[in-house]
Amino acid sequence: MTPPPVPALSETATAVCILSILLVPFAAAGLALVNAGLVRSRSAAHSMLASLCVMAVGAVVYFVCGFAWQGFAGRPAHALTLAGRAWSWIAAEPFFWRGLEFNGSPASLAAWLGALGAGLAALIPLGAGAERWRLGASCASTALLAGWTYPLFAHWVWGGGWLAQLGINYGLGRGFVDAGGSSSIQALGGLTALAVAWILGPRRGKYSAEGMPAAIPGHNAVVILFGCLVALVGWLGLNSAGAILFTGAEPGRVVLIAVNTTLAAAAAALAAAWITHTRFGKPDASLCANGWVSGLVASSAACASVAPALAVLIGLVAGALVPFAVEWFEMRLAVDDPGGAVSVHAVGGLWGVLALGLFAHFPGPVRNAAGGPWPGSGGSGSGQWLAQLVGVATLLGFVLPLTYALNWLLNRFYPQRVAVEGERQGMDLYELGAGAYPEFLTHTEEFRQR
Amino acid sequence: MKLAGFLLLLAGWGIVLAAVALLPWALARTGFVLAGVGVEVLGLVFAFRSHRVLGGERG
Repeated sequence: MTPPPVPALSETATAVCILSILLVPFAAAGLALVNAGLVRSRSAAHSMLASLCVMAVGAVVYFVCGFAWQGFAGRPAHALTLAGRAWSWIAAEPFFWRGLEFNGSPASLAAWLGALGAGLAALIPLGAGAERWRLGASCASTALLAGWTYPLFAHWVWGGGWLAQLGINYGLGRGFVDAGGSSSIQALGGLTALAVAWILGPRRGKYSAEGMPAAIPGHNAVVILFGCLVALVGWLGLNSAGAILFTGAEPGRVVLIAVNTTLAAAAAALAAAWITHTRFGKPDASLCANGWVSGLVASSAACASVAPALAVLIGLVAGALVPFAVEWFEMRLAVDDPGGAVSVHAVGGLWGVLALGLFAHFPGPVRNAAGGPWPGSGGSGSGQWLAQLVGVATLLGFVLPLTYALNWLLNRFYPQRVAVEGERQGMDLYELGAGAYPEFLTHTEEFRQR
Repeated sequence: MKLAGFLLLLAGWGIVLAAVALLPWALARTGFVLAGVGVEVLGLVFAFRSHRVLGGERG
């Protein structure tokens, strides 16, 4: 099936989009710093190297086959006919980006953003598997994510797939809309993080025999908080580029997108600070950082379609959810997630997607990935929240089982958890042969048990 | 219980898809989508509980 082509971007839109995509690696750098700061010092170098490796594997695998499955609206795709309606379920592009013209065409920009997005999504599970996930296994898991899970869902959302078609086919608003990747990057990465945390199990010493969790604080709050600021720069680019490419936002709207992204992160960090101060007597640095990132995550979906006041509300809710979600996953559900990846990216991403359904307002014409253009109607259109809910149901009901099954299979053939000795020594010495801070004392379990 | 949890997740998604594809009436469609999400939540509860039990056995 070859749907009608989508209109080309204006020269200004193309230039703004290129500049925005140039900023996206800062989002990866920020997440890598946050993850590295949240682990113990004996695994810090391993965490940073793993970040670099999964970005590399993600980009290469996405180049080989990822974009072939994801595609772009208006380009060839496979469709099923269900009850008389065409459901585009996977793209039909050639492998190795053959057939793409690298001249600023929307498809080439989508491929470039997709390669970075696949790496960004693959960074998220590193936070959940920290201090026990082998380097080789994290790369293999990334190959599955960038080669299959991410492109498949991204096609449904950004490639003119069936979720984006919900508006055209069934009158559900403008179909599933997600400008900056709250679902296709963040929630997908967060749910993969949950699957990885389940499969790996908790770190040694995290839970007592009675199931009580021990606090294992990160080693460098400065790195964590600096990572938050770096991530903001990347998110400004990610949200702007996604909104232009996948919702047809005008270049001038980048101002609103940047304002909304900043305000959502700020509100989320303040909400997390206020809640931790109220509950523990002092603001918790790592939870505030997680709140900040959660605000960025939640801002992505609706960054171009809500007023700044609503972006603040979205951020406040996202930031308020984080401390409770972290505690809930750790204490009640026994999920050992050192980086808070599930709470920040899965919970924040799902909230961001739902928030668009509740608050989005499309004042001008909107083109979602299924084509359009949709007339500006002064509202989100009836059924928009239902389209967003169908997207959430797809993430929980399809993406989570799929990513769990893929990682479970991988674990059968290539055990993902490091040996006991590796956890005792720390990942740096065991897998890399050298620590991140060779002039500092390395705190191994032998020292702690004195 | 773990398998049951994941099967419930898939079943819930199936209900959602069927509701969208087959039901033309907005109220019925919304109701069945919400029911499908409810089944998914039940599946999540099963999945989390099974992993807690397995964690307890390991610990």
